[in-house]
Amino acid sequence: MSIVTVSNLTVAYGSHRVINNLNFNINQGDFLVVIGENGVGKTTLVRSLLGFIKSQSGDITIDPQTKIGYVPQFRNIDQEYPLSIRDFIALNVRHSYLPWLKKSERQRIDQVIDATNLQDIADRPLGLASGGEKQRAYLAQALLPAPGLLILDESTASLDNEMKYELLDLVTHFQQQGLSVMFITHDWGLAQHYGTRFLRMTEDGYLTGPINELPQPEKEVK
Amino acid sequence: MLALSFMRHAFIASTFIAIVSGFVGVFVVARNLSFLTHTLSEIGFAGGAFAVFIGWPVLNGMILFTMLSSILVGQMSIKESRREAVTSAVSALFIGLGILFLSLSSANASSATNILFGSVVGINLTEVWQLIYLSIIVILVIFAVYRQLKFTSFDAIGARVSGINATLYSVIFLIILALSVSVAAQIVGSLLIFILLTLPAASAKYFTHGVAKMIGLAILFSLLGTWLGLFLGYITNWPVSFFIAVIEVAIYCCALMKQKLSGAE
Repeated sequence: MSIVTVSNLTVAYGSHRVINNLNFNINQGDFLVVIGENGVGKTTLVRSLLGFIKSQSGDITIDPQTKIGYVPQFRNIDQEYPLSIRDFIALNVRHSYLPWLKKSERQRIDQVIDATNLQDIADRPLGLASGGEKQRAYLAQALLPAPGLLILDESTASLDNEMKYELLDLVTHFQQQGLSVMFITHDWGLAQHYGTRFLRMTEDGYLTGPINELPQPEKEVK
Repeated sequence: MLALSFMRHAFIASTFIAIVSGFVGVFVVARNLSFLTHTLSEIGFAGGAFAVFIGWPVLNGMILFTMLSSILVGQMSIKESRREAVTSAVSALFIGLGILFLSLSSANASSATNILFGSVVGINLTEVWQLIYLSIIVILVIFAVYRQLKFTSFDAIGARVSGINATLYSVIFLIILALSVSVAAQIVGSLLIFILLTLPAASAKYFTHGVAKMIGLAILFSLLGTWLGLFLGYITNWPVSFFIAVIEVAIYCCALMKQKLSGAE
């Protein structure tokens, strides 16, 4: 079942076309890898899906039952950041005006903390967590409202190799339970290891298909 | 000491001010708005001087000026790159205006001192009630938008990508802040607003890692400073603001020391 269908999408800033006639879809349970150099419109595409940018023409159809969780590329969390990992995750509990958390909300937070293997460090300050732990906390926060589609925007870029695989193994675990994933990356190795389908974006056009059809990079990209 | 009505008023007023400061201060610190708070207090000084000039209660002038300018200043200083320049320009303008109003009103030096350094011991029952109403309004508004305010303050990027209207909550918070600055200025004066609106919250964040606990601790630190300050002011006849400043700075130093020690482990 297709949860996102993008047809003939064109997005422009002023007269500069960033996305030009893009077509692709995301099915339930897909691990779609979006791969391309800087400046080909990957982030613009994400912002369009989230509804932050109006497209010039074309359609984005998102299944009305599907919520989108998004882990942005940058977060301003420094060493002095005061909240614990648990409280940081809990920031995304909304849809109520109660200042305190209801029991069901606390249970949901615990569930997500367990699922992202953060239970042992949940009460430690997020500012003191390692890069990998921080990414898991961002992931947990995005997963809290139980989204159907998770968008990861270069979430592994700042991590060392071992941590990259650890984080994406975790994401794959959720994907196997039915979550659809859209993973934006530069990293061909990760794309081939985890993706089920790909969307290759270049200045000249777009290509999409099952991951075994992903063409080799023209030049080595780290 | 509490047999004297002016001391009773002072204690009641400062209790409410401390509670409001604890609540608002945690968000001021999380949103990095300490300097904006300082600018608002200088705008409050001009408002207070304006009130003296036209014969109003000082608090009303402060509320008028801070409310009118908070959103403007907040929007102007949203870009971090020009925040300092905007803050300096606005501060200079409003301190100048304050001096002008005071000189036009031929007010004596003591009214200037009261606006700048606070005059909690001189507060009357009507003013106490006014402070209580305003404090309750501020706290109710915070409760009404608590979840969204928390998200936008402690994780602005995450809140934005979750579709929260960050500008709306920023405006609501600036209005709350303007009210709180005017309220807190009654006890510590507009020059020392930092003491109650930022220091207790800045200290609290080193002791605990939850928003609600931070608010509780910030209220506790504010109460400790104001109550002890009033008591010490009463027995020594020295200015209450001085004692509050010393106590809050001491708490902050302890917090920094604790942080340093735990970092060294």
